[in-house]
Amino acid sequence: MTGAAIAAGVRAGTTSARVVVEAALATIADRNPGLGAFTAVIADRALATADAVDAAVASGRDPGPLAGVPFAVKNLFDIAGLPTLAGSRINRDRPPAGQDATLIRRLEAAGAVLVGALNMGEYAYDFTGENTHDGPSHNPHDLRRMSGGSSGGSGAAVGGGLVPLALGSDTNGSIRVPASFCGVFGLKATYGRLSRGGSFPFVASLDHVGPLARGVRDLALSYDAMQGPDSRDSTCADRPLEPISGLLARGSAGLRIAVAGGYFRTGAATEALDAVAAVAAALGATREVELPEAARARAAAYVITASEGAALHLDRLRRRPADFDPQVRDRLVAGALIPAAMVAQAQKFRRWYRDAVLRVFAGVDVLLAPATPFPAPALGTRTMVLNGAEVPLRPNIGLFTQPISFIGLPVVAVPVPGFALPIGVQVIAPPWREDLALRVAWQLEETGVACAWEAPGAHQ
Amino acid sequence: MNDDPLDAMIRGGTALLGIPLDPAWHDAVHAHLAVCLRMGTEVAAFPLPDEAEPAPVFTP
Repeated sequence: MTGAAIAAGVRAGTTSARVVVEAALATIADRNPGLGAFTAVIADRALATADAVDAAVASGRDPGPLAGVPFAVKNLFDIAGLPTLAGSRINRDRPPAGQDATLIRRLEAAGAVLVGALNMGEYAYDFTGENTHDGPSHNPHDLRRMSGGSSGGSGAAVGGGLVPLALGSDTNGSIRVPASFCGVFGLKATYGRLSRGGSFPFVASLDHVGPLARGVRDLALSYDAMQGPDSRDSTCADRPLEPISGLLARGSAGLRIAVAGGYFRTGAATEALDAVAAVAAALGATREVELPEAARARAAAYVITASEGAALHLDRLRRRPADFDPQVRDRLVAGALIPAAMVAQAQKFRRWYRDAVLRVFAGVDVLLAPATPFPAPALGTRTMVLNGAEVPLRPNIGLFTQPISFIGLPVVAVPVPGFALPIGVQVIAPPWREDLALRVAWQLEETGVACAWEAPGAHQ
Repeated sequence: MNDDPLDAMIRGGTALLGIPLDPAWHDAVHAHLAVCLRMGTEVAAFPLPDEAEPAPVFTP
């Protein structure tokens, strides 16, 4: 059941938040051992929150647009009373967070009920969903495969039907990759739109946070509830609220939609290209446009990520290098050695690329591109054969997401049915136009072109 | 030890930064650093005017 359907039932009094949350906790207890999605379940708090929602309904107060909707957050979000792990062993020594992250507070203010914290790749430097300390989060549609990362637990929890809504973070693709692999929708809003307040950082220049859900209306409802300036995040934009939930039904009417060509057609498996073609055909998008220097944009994102990530963790690399996930540590050590001149140039190039892409958007409203180059690989896979050549897997998973998040464009990742495994398409809009991406995604869902994959065991 | 400049960069850089590098980690760091520098070189090769501003703008 979607969050919107749950909220409608709770608001109408046909069910209660307690019943919904008890059912979610039972589902988590039943299925999480196989999925590895949750690292903490806060049942007592969740039931108390649910009771407060039900009390609001009983007294005639508005319980909020997300009344009774259970949700969970990647464990880099602060949850009062828990140490914020960010997927690491080292952070287990941190004191418990004193307060919830801003987005948790805003979702609960809208009636949603936090039920726990989710597994993730260590310090978010990951595209696989694998984790040395907590074990991998598994793909709900084939437990032997990756959930995608770094918000792997978020993808597994929503894709596996444990919760209808989860929060993740996306520095280079970490919402869009697990959304693609796990067959769910994901929203990476414009850089600076949603507050990172109370979340453990990775790359300040590129970090985004946002929701994963089983439907576009749930993305829109949660996005509307989470918008707004926040003094806890200096990057959070001082913009008025621009709610989108009431505008979804406008769909793609009148929008100029094109497929991203060139770079975004190279290095993709057949499924990824077929998924884009299906979406483009449904939208009547026959134009193809090039994003200039997309490969260099990815390179610049790569350099900034490694360097800023290393700077963040330098002291931990000095004191506790053996306590890192080796896959993450070795990349961070390399990042610490990148010449500063390259990083400065990457930030200058970022502005150039942003201006160049905005010129493309003068002639088009929405762009389509693959979310991942291929469906979820098997856990433990190190290399991949693409176009007949064997290439390292990890760096290539973010091939198509990195040039987009590099300049903070809003994107909805939509799951496209009809393949053996889930695969997603990026619906990309100009900065601050989440409405356009969500409207197009909504139309795709309404017409069955995009659809969350059914959670295994959902009808048992 | 060979005279690979990357090896020297890793040994010298980690020593200067105070990162205790287990020799067993060296090859992986080497591989990652090679990719980073290749990416950085690709970015640095793009001609930009001297007046080009970086993306982040600090507002006092």
